[in-house]
Amino acid sequence: MGRFILRRLIGMVAVLFAVSVITFLVFNVIPNSDPAQRMAGKNATPELVESITKEWGFDDSLPQQYLTMMRKIFTGDLISYSGRENVNERIVEGIPETFSLCIGAAAIWIFFGILFGYLSAVRAGGWLDRALTALAVIGISMPVFALAAIFLNYLTYKTEIFPSGGYVELTENPIDWAYHLILPWVTLAILYAGFYSRVLRSSMLDVMNEDYVRTARAKGLSERRVMRHHVMRNSLIPIVTLFGLDFGALLGGAILIEGIFSLDGIGQYAYEALSNVDLPPIMAVVLFGAFFIVVFNTVVDIAYAYLDPRIRLGSSANG
Amino acid sequence: MASEDLIAATVPAGSSPWRLAARRLRRNRVALAFLGLFVLIVLFVLAAPLWANNVAHTGPNTTHTLQKITVDGEKRDVVDPTGQPIGPVWLGADGKFFLGADGRLGRDEMVRLMYGGRTSLFIGIVSALITTFFATLLGLLAGYYRGWTDTVIGRAMDVLWAFPVMLLAIALGLVLAVGGLQIGPIHLSGGSIWIPILIIGFVSIPYMARPVRGEVLALREKEFVEAAEAQGAGSLRVMFGELLPNLYSTIIVFFTLNIAGNMLLESALSFLGVGVQPPNSSWGTMIASGYTLITSAPLLTVIPGTMILLSVLAMNVFGDGLRDALDPKSKVRFEAHSGLSAQEGSETIEGVAP
Amino acid sequence: MASAPLLSVEDLRVGFVTEGGRVQAVGGVSFEVQPGEVLAIVGESGSGKSVTAQTIIGLTRSPNSRIEGSVRLGEEELLEAGDEDLRRVRGERIGMVFQDPMTSFNPVYRIGDQIIEAIRAHRDDGGKAEAHQRAVELLDSVGIPNAERRVRDYPHEFSGGMRQRAMIAMALALDPELLIADEPTTALDVTVQAQILALLQRLNRERGLATILITHDLGVVAEVADRVLVMYAGRVVEQGTLDEIFYDPQHPYTWGLLGSLTRMDKPRPERLPQIGGAPPSLLDLPTGCSFRSRCPHEFDRCGEMPGLDARLAEAPQHRDRCWLTPEQKRERRLVDGEIGGEPA
Repeated sequence: MGRFILRRLIGMVAVLFAVSVITFLVFNVIPNSDPAQRMAGKNATPELVESITKEWGFDDSLPQQYLTMMRKIFTGDLISYSGRENVNERIVEGIPETFSLCIGAAAIWIFFGILFGYLSAVRAGGWLDRALTALAVIGISMPVFALAAIFLNYLTYKTEIFPSGGYVELTENPIDWAYHLILPWVTLAILYAGFYSRVLRSSMLDVMNEDYVRTARAKGLSERRVMRHHVMRNSLIPIVTLFGLDFGALLGGAILIEGIFSLDGIGQYAYEALSNVDLPPIMAVVLFGAFFIVVFNTVVDIAYAYLDPRIRLGSSANG
Repeated sequence: MASEDLIAATVPAGSSPWRLAARRLRRNRVALAFLGLFVLIVLFVLAAPLWANNVAHTGPNTTHTLQKITVDGEKRDVVDPTGQPIGPVWLGADGKFFLGADGRLGRDEMVRLMYGGRTSLFIGIVSALITTFFATLLGLLAGYYRGWTDTVIGRAMDVLWAFPVMLLAIALGLVLAVGGLQIGPIHLSGGSIWIPILIIGFVSIPYMARPVRGEVLALREKEFVEAAEAQGAGSLRVMFGELLPNLYSTIIVFFTLNIAGNMLLESALSFLGVGVQPPNSSWGTMIASGYTLITSAPLLTVIPGTMILLSVLAMNVFGDGLRDALDPKSKVRFEAHSGLSAQEGSETIEGVAP
Repeated sequence: MASAPLLSVEDLRVGFVTEGGRVQAVGGVSFEVQPGEVLAIVGESGSGKSVTAQTIIGLTRSPNSRIEGSVRLGEEELLEAGDEDLRRVRGERIGMVFQDPMTSFNPVYRIGDQIIEAIRAHRDDGGKAEAHQRAVELLDSVGIPNAERRVRDYPHEFSGGMRQRAMIAMALALDPELLIADEPTTALDVTVQAQILALLQRLNRERGLATILITHDLGVVAEVADRVLVMYAGRVVEQGTLDEIFYDPQHPYTWGLLGSLTRMDKPRPERLPQIGGAPPSLLDLPTGCSFRSRCPHEFDRCGEMPGLDARLAEAPQHRDRCWLTPEQKRERRLVDGEIGGEPA
């Protein structure tokens, strides 16, 4: 098991390295993207551009620039081209918003996804199942940002039930914090809840038809025990792995939601950086997001091995 | 196994799995209804020139800011002095501005909806074709050859997967929208709709390649592959002649679901301004411009949003129906949910298929 | 032996409502199991043998199933039993073993834990340690070496034969009076089959454990059974003692089954005789004898469903569903001096 983890860690680092290199190259081969030119502004003199180039090291070789940038990311010295801010600081500032959004939405979508999936499965074929499935499919078919806009219009601008966005620190005022996040949470959760309820329904139906569930009933276990101990335990495995992947991907920032609800999180920062074609923050945000994706991928693989002993111990039939 | 014997015994001779699937699909009214919906939407957007020329007498980009039109005898501003566009006129002006005007520029919303839909659907379908093609190819190669090929392809997919999808798509969108793209002799300008098509098609590849690879790995172990190889079939023959046909059902289902996903991605990118570029428009760009008038003219957001929802919903429901039709197990699951094992369920229920 | 039967099944009918119509999986089956006897139910896929077995302990109850008739375990009527009563009967009075031991155990829990779970579902007064000890004893009693250690293994760490033994151990954990084994050896290697059958035989002899053994393989039956029920298309077509069925079979279907057995004491046939055709669709059963379309001996009367009657004066318990007279049967069943075999 230790070797398995070690190999995965090395793989992770390799992937992150590749991601950083690709990002670096992509943004250094765009035409008209001379950062010195951009920083100097519209009416820059050649001398100004020249001095900026020297100051920022844009005349170094590409590999050299890459190494310098990577070093600065880890020492916390990375400064953005436009705005000259410390990139790491901005990211750290954005963490509470992004994480609040993701964790809250995740709690909602896990709860409803599992609840609806469970109800759908145990009453498969009935009206409740059909209704919940219809809701789920609609949920996953909606363009999230359009929904957000509609929510804002009817629940905020027209009726002022909910605030239009912005963020309140959790430590300052927990109720207000939640109040400001409800719309973003719900908007984000609808899509995932729909998806998860269908995954769970499908998984449960598969499991309920497995021979070992029949055996469990045949040996006289109560229906509750059969459901809880045999059906759910096995049905939730795909949900757990899926959740790891989705949550990991989300922690890198939810650009659309953060933008629409004015949450100054990492997603928002990423969008700004991209619009300004500002490589340092882009690099940092991409690595930040990629890091979580890769970490959670590995966590999910390990969790899967833990949840399914066949994977853990290898399926060898002996003796 | 018992269930398989019974299925074989009761199915009329000469029924290919396709015919059985077709029969099952035909019985799924809901899926067929939504397929019909999608076809209707396609027809709707294809009718764009007809409507534009014969009913609305205007184009998708033609502005009418300072004009007036006659609605039920009354003369009204297309865009009133405060900048508020006219709402849905329906048939009040013989079809002109059926859904109203789209904002300060006073363009005909209905005409824009139809033309924008062409873009959205075209991008969704073509990008799905691209994704499906490459994902299948890569999945086949990686799953069949395993070893180095698998490792290389797998690593590449991993790296692609590690990029936060939206960031990657936005980055590519920004980069390519500015400079265009050069692939060999083909030059695509920054405003071409092929740019978003290629981007969306490309970033969706890993999500399909992985499952395809998984299936190929499983299929590979089956006897028919061994048999083909023993007969001297070369790798290409095995991959495309034996494995690929067994992937068709997976591919088809993924393709339809991919259309749905890609349409959502395109609308998101266009909303952010990095997808479809002016003068082209799509439902996503329409929402982007409608968004600024969300309080005064919510319909400008709701209508294109609803069109996206309906198209994506249609593809999702139909894709599910396809999956149910092609995979008999899922039908059994539906009936037998308490106490009946899959064996019993299929023994009695599948044996009834015709 | 006029003792009261342990299990008495009377006119059991099981139908399923499906999209394509109603499937009559079991169309009126009656039999008895005496305490301590081994009853074999033989038939091909779709004959209804598994559905019958599963219906006995109520596993086929569902919104789309229609169950009629009577299944009495001693004094208890099982078809009407409530959930609690049924739960109690399962495991405590009737144990069941299924065909595929790999999929019949939950792969994520240890074998020992699954046995303990069965024990504690019915006897929650004992402690975990007690149950654990009992699980070890059970594994040992079915011939699993190193039971102490193996009780902590996962299902996939056992070989096929071991798993089936463990399955049997689990079914017997609460000392039931009846064991139902649904194709217990079908998924196993031939050599392992013999071991499992020997185990079942031993259990039957040592504990007086009544057993219903369900199989499609007559070879298996010959080893272990006291009495045999032959099923076809949801009905019993012949029933009798082992000797009666093997030495004096009365139904053409049984002849076909016997004829297709390979025998070591005869010269090898060029081709194993088969029963031509296929079983009828359970959706749309023909009127009259269900075997008619595949029977080389059918005649006009076969348009009427034969009753399951004893037609031999000397063997009042040997019943069959065939209109042919006993003399005709004895004549026609021989092909080249052998019972069964395809007529020219």
